[in-house]
Amino acid sequence: MNDRRQLTPRFAVNAALLAVLALVPVYAAIAGNPFVMILFTRILIMAMAALSLNLIMGFGGMVSFGHAAYLGIGGYAVGILAKEGIGSGLVQWPAAIAASALYALAVGVLSLRTRGVYFIMITLAFAQMIYYVASGLDRYGGDDGLTIYHRSTFGGVLDLNNTTVFYYLCFALLLASIYLVWRIVNSRFGLVIQGVRSNERRMRAIGFPTLRYKLVCFVMAGAMCGLAGALLANHTNFISPAMMHWTRSGDLIVMAVLGGMPAMFGPLIGATTLLLLEQVLSRLTDYPDLVLGPALLLVAIYLHGGIDGLFAGARRG
Amino acid sequence: MYLIEQLLNGVQLGMLLFLLTAGLTLIFGIMDLVNLAHGSLYMLGAYFAATFAAWTDSFVLGALLAVAAAFAAGVVLEVTAIRRLYGRNHLDHVLGTFGLLLFFNELVRLVWGPAGLTLSLPSQMLAAVQILPGLYYPAYRLVIIVVALAVAGLLYLLVMRTRLGMLIRAGASNREMVGALGVNIKLLYTLVFGLGAALAGFAGLMQAPILTVQIGMGENILIAAFVVVVIGGIGSIRGAFVAALLVGVIDTIGRAFLPDLLNDYLSPNAAATLAPALSSMLIYLLMAMVLALRPEGLFPAAGR
Repeated sequence: MNDRRQLTPRFAVNAALLAVLALVPVYAAIAGNPFVMILFTRILIMAMAALSLNLIMGFGGMVSFGHAAYLGIGGYAVGILAKEGIGSGLVQWPAAIAASALYALAVGVLSLRTRGVYFIMITLAFAQMIYYVASGLDRYGGDDGLTIYHRSTFGGVLDLNNTTVFYYLCFALLLASIYLVWRIVNSRFGLVIQGVRSNERRMRAIGFPTLRYKLVCFVMAGAMCGLAGALLANHTNFISPAMMHWTRSGDLIVMAVLGGMPAMFGPLIGATTLLLLEQVLSRLTDYPDLVLGPALLLVAIYLHGGIDGLFAGARRG
Repeated sequence: MYLIEQLLNGVQLGMLLFLLTAGLTLIFGIMDLVNLAHGSLYMLGAYFAATFAAWTDSFVLGALLAVAAAFAAGVVLEVTAIRRLYGRNHLDHVLGTFGLLLFFNELVRLVWGPAGLTLSLPSQMLAAVQILPGLYYPAYRLVIIVVALAVAGLLYLLVMRTRLGMLIRAGASNREMVGALGVNIKLLYTLVFGLGAALAGFAGLMQAPILTVQIGMGENILIAAFVVVVIGGIGSIRGAFVAALLVGVIDTIGRAFLPDLLNDYLSPNAAATLAPALSSMLIYLLMAMVLALRPEGLFPAAGR
């Protein structure tokens, strides 16, 4: 964590990635390729979701296998309000954040006492429940999902229908989130959280109410992912229970681990790599997962510390 | 009458879940491996059976061949990939076996095509049997219950009465000690994984005639199987059996009776919305309750 401001390979890669992401709309405009915008907006949003997962999983050691539920709750907050005629993002987005935070609070209270595999399974169970709740919402599309006809409005200040505006908004929110996580992790609070990851019993013994720390961290991650969900609903103009299917939670874990945990830019690297790889592979072959699946297996077996670990290792050597 | 019928349906679902879970809980308990690809073996079993049954023109022969093929697939999978994940943290397991799940879904699409298959039953299993005066029940569902019970019995004998079973139990309680006592732990792991794969494949092919054989069929039932594992206690076959029955019956009864029950208390509209969601949630609520009261599950494996 003690990165000095020197040109390490990791710093160079992160800076290059940010530069590329900042220039995507320029490229899309020149090349006249709107699809690139759709893809990269999605990358930014998923990176934000994976970043929030990294906060609890990478730094806090809480392996949540139900993180897609927050994406869904954030998305449904936007969708439901839009359907009921409340189109303002100033209402929708705070509602998305609040709903996710509230859900995270409930799940956290009930599950943070358990550890290891049991924690994985209980977070999964709660996400499944939310999945079925959404499937049962007949008024909001049930299993088939709900089309959102109007993106969130911001009183004419921001027009989210403009893809460039929306892209840079996502980019800015992602950067702000990374900064926020960075501040959290390097605060006294963050140090306690990381201490809990290494040895919870010791942290309790020296007097920290570890459960409360973990709970606050868990709720913050949920809230952040809820905002990502609100963005995702605006991006796809569509919500459905499928966005909370357990394999979506698996995707988020893959992004976080693939990029490297608990590196600050790991989730962004992971989301970019996974989504780009999916795109490229599906252009090259009709059976992309035939390559992607074994690739993930190889990463799990050989690549400790994910992609970020490659650069971090080089720095030390 | 309706209640008995639904109870039988619940038992039948529970038996299938047990077949799927027995291997999962052993792999979990002995190798400490979170295996998301277990549902893929369930799917493979169903596809194998549909193919072999078409070749041999016999449901039973096809089923036997499919179980053998699922065992072989499990052994190959263990030796080539799974083996390298032992001793790693659970996140690596999730990542690696999630990759395998994607791989198997795509492999099945490549080999068998995107459309589902059907596995048809021999005509004598299609009939309904009168089990009580006035109560007819599909013969095939009874077959599932009986066969699965037989397999459970065999598994019990294998685990409780044979040397291999002793090693398996020992492995579930204390892996390191079994290895330290000079047992060929590698071979044991491979066998256990193959056994789990065969059981999962068997569950898949037994379910196949009731539902269609399709890609991703293992994904939702895998989560139910994990619920069973956690409720029963990781590594405990007995726990898996009890929990599987419990989950099967509660899930089925909930789906059958919750809508009427809610209708009595809520407006029809609210009941129609709430009932399906609530009945799908029942088993997860059960799991959350069990974990809150007995964090190690109902029958924790000794020494863990």
